[in-house]
Amino acid sequence: MVTIYDGKPGLSRRELLKRGGIGALLVISGSAVISPEHAWGLETSALKPETMATLIQMARDIYPHDQVPDKYYAIAVKGHDEQAGKDAAHKAMIEDGIADLDKKSGEGGYRALGWEDQRVAVLKQIEATPFFQAIRGGLVVGLYNQKEVWPIFGYEGESYSKGGYIARGFNDIEWL
Amino acid sequence: MAASFDLKNDGVVVIIGSGAGGGTLGNELAQKGVDVVILEAGARHEYEEFINDEWDSFTQLAWKDKRTTSGDWRVAKDFPNLPAWIVKSVGGSTTHWAGASLRFQEHEFKTLSTYGKLKGANLLDWPITLAEMEPYYAKAEAKMGVTGTNDWPRLPGNNNFKVLKAGADKVGYKECHTGNMAINSVQRDDRNSCQQTGFCFQGCKWGAKWSTLYTEIPKGEATGHLEVRPNAMVIKINHDASGKVTGVVYADKDGKLQEQKARIVAVAGNSIESPRLLLNSESAKFPHGLANSSGQVGKNYMRHTTGSVYAIFDKPVHMYRGTTMAGIIRDEARHDPSRGFVGGYEFETLSLGLPFMAAFLDPGGWGRSFTTALDHYDHMAGLWIVGEDMPRAENRITLHADMKDEHGMPIADVHFDDHPNDTAMRNHAYKQASALYAAVGATRTFPTPPYPSTHNLGTNRMSEKAADGVVNKHGQAHDIKNLFVSDGSQFTTGAAENPTLTIVSLAIRQADYIAAQMSAKTI
Repeated sequence: MVTIYDGKPGLSRRELLKRGGIGALLVISGSAVISPEHAWGLETSALKPETMATLIQMARDIYPHDQVPDKYYAIAVKGHDEQAGKDAAHKAMIEDGIADLDKKSGEGGYRALGWEDQRVAVLKQIEATPFFQAIRGGLVVGLYNQKEVWPIFGYEGESYSKGGYIARGFNDIEWL
Repeated sequence: MAASFDLKNDGVVVIIGSGAGGGTLGNELAQKGVDVVILEAGARHEYEEFINDEWDSFTQLAWKDKRTTSGDWRVAKDFPNLPAWIVKSVGGSTTHWAGASLRFQEHEFKTLSTYGKLKGANLLDWPITLAEMEPYYAKAEAKMGVTGTNDWPRLPGNNNFKVLKAGADKVGYKECHTGNMAINSVQRDDRNSCQQTGFCFQGCKWGAKWSTLYTEIPKGEATGHLEVRPNAMVIKINHDASGKVTGVVYADKDGKLQEQKARIVAVAGNSIESPRLLLNSESAKFPHGLANSSGQVGKNYMRHTTGSVYAIFDKPVHMYRGTTMAGIIRDEARHDPSRGFVGGYEFETLSLGLPFMAAFLDPGGWGRSFTTALDHYDHMAGLWIVGEDMPRAENRITLHADMKDEHGMPIADVHFDDHPNDTAMRNHAYKQASALYAAVGATRTFPTPPYPSTHNLGTNRMSEKAADGVVNKHGQAHDIKNLFVSDGSQFTTGAAENPTLTIVSLAIRQADYIAAQMSAKTI
């Protein structure tokens, strides 16, 4: 579950970064979404940073892997910001889609819903929309094709340069 | 060295496609001294260039030209513009195939006689028998280095196979082994042996798996009678007033149209492109397309009754290590209608990397039911179902009414509805495979829907009578003596076995026939 600390105007990024760690996992500051604890931030150029924060939460709710840090979900959805910068229709689809998601979620919006089940119930309502399908479809490649996440799942990737598995455990199963 | 033939040379045999059918036919003819031009739509990537990465390799090798789909098959919903996972590259889908090389069973050449008439199925006996095919199967196995034949040892079993074998033993299956694979188990034919690298579908970077790219094609080129022209997308076959074909029109690497003259044309572009080309070659003389007096061109599209079952265990498996198709169970391949369907199916181990598992395990799926499966990726084992599907006239390739490719050629639409026999077979296989994995302690199993088709068959089928099909027992068009079909589209029915060995065997047989007919000057 992602908690968002929405920075007040005038609060510097450095101060925000200092405040991180007191339970604030994702911080919105200016045009960026920042994870102070994990020392990464994502600048947005076309989408609102709040929209990006919600997209990251939505990505995790669509493909929840508790052992995968937010950073990889952020990388998986950041292409929508780039595309929104080039394509007004895409930008409108994302911003309108997130606005609709917030509206359906009631007071405080989507990110204010505390339980994954509550958020998933909202996602179910929009499952058939082009917005949801664009986010989900993009994630299939955007999330699972990051080489950095493969070890988390126990997938070893490329093996030719290591001589294959002929001497590295292709038949090492012992529990049968 | 490789030959180079003039566009106006009308003495050459032009082969369209360089895969299992086209690549083999080209080499076989070249060995007999026949001049051959192979036109290949894709680029030439030698095996050192292959990529151990699923999406990058897909970008490098796959046939990604837009197609449309219709029908009740799930692929039409999940992958509406990707009905087939096949290759556009020199070597065709022999770069991508897993290597399973099984002979058809005797009854599978006689399905109408054996199964009887089945409502909604367009069954027909092949005009050839297993006995006629056996010498060619033997030649193909020797050529391809098929394990378990010619004293070549079978490959060692990987982890995924060991789980399969343990389950097979527990449920009482008798015929389970590491298969008959066209993958070198020992160094032979100047090629490496298998290093258990995985990534068989991404092209074998060791060259251990047979592919026309680095066997048939260079051997043919070495005769001086074969030229392979890559990046040559054929869009039309021309004919003269007598109805004989005279050459083919193709877009070259710069998109410029060229005509290569020909004495004989052999079509081997896989079962979507081959009928597309024949249909697109319509003329005043042949208003429904070439070789289509029967109306069967494009019809009876088959894709095997497929599906996968993946299972999760409480301990690690690492199924992706080693050969992708690492073992087989053949017990269900028999024809035994007491199971509720005609024909049979094979179980073959299969593994996908994490990126493709995410894309294919349950396309469109999301949420914890989906992601907890992937969380245990390294504890997963998996198999693929490959069974005989029923030919149906309405399962067919047609030219799209409006949409055209970059060369102005109408794109192909692929329509497929499962026959009730297909569905019954798939459900039986799901149940059997789930029981097999449960017997070794699976905590969860996943009946996974068919992937985009890799075995595309039947759309220019072989028949005894000209009214029932497109080509005769030699793959020669019933309507046009110097036009041949040399790929899986000539299959009358699909059998339960992976098709490549039969395609190669038919190509060897066809080369004998073509060379004899050329010598006799009948074509």
